[in-house]
Amino acid sequence: MENSILEIIGAVLVLLGSVFLFLGALGLVRMPDVFNRIQAGTKASTLGTMLSLLGLALITPAWWGKLVLLIIFIMITNPVSSHVLARASYCIKVPMFKKTVVDQYEKDAEKLFKKETNNE
Amino acid sequence: MVNTILIIAAGIMMLAILLTLYRFFKGSTECDRLVAFDVMTVSSLALIGLIAKFTGRVIYLDVAMVYGLLSFLGVIIVARYFEKGL
Repeated sequence: MENSILEIIGAVLVLLGSVFLFLGALGLVRMPDVFNRIQAGTKASTLGTMLSLLGLALITPAWWGKLVLLIIFIMITNPVSSHVLARASYCIKVPMFKKTVVDQYEKDAEKLFKKETNNE
Repeated sequence: MVNTILIIAAGIMMLAILLTLYRFFKGSTECDRLVAFDVMTVSSLALIGLIAKFTGRVIYLDVAMVYGLLSFLGVIIVARYFEKGL
């Protein structure tokens, strides 16, 4: 059973990506707050999925077109969805963690939500 | 050797999906559940890619594409609903 060096590099990349997915899920369980959970979960899952698909593209080079399309799709849509999640959970005033030190979004959020009520 | 590493990676991904499922059922607020849903769908998208490698069928990558698109739209729509109502 002989494997080329490219396949072994791809398998190691897939393993690294799955480890990042596991760390993201662990942060999702362990973190105390919605915002910390967004921070831990979505970034790690973005990196883990991109690394896994990149490793898969190295293992099976015939599929690289669709896999690169999937990587670009993940790279565009996942930060957008995490941003919308953070904005929604700030807007409905989910309680923050007790040891939160600074909230720099407060003034901007006041202006933003006042403007939205004026528009309506 | 490559197949063994890929099977171990698939096991770790399934463990990650189980952890996010724990947060999805326990989560104290509704935004926690939505974050857990987002992370769970993105993790299972990587797992669908691995299943495409195991079975050798390229059609599963199209399935992963549509799955990612639907999960993205679902998260956006539910978050907007939380924010100001439909």
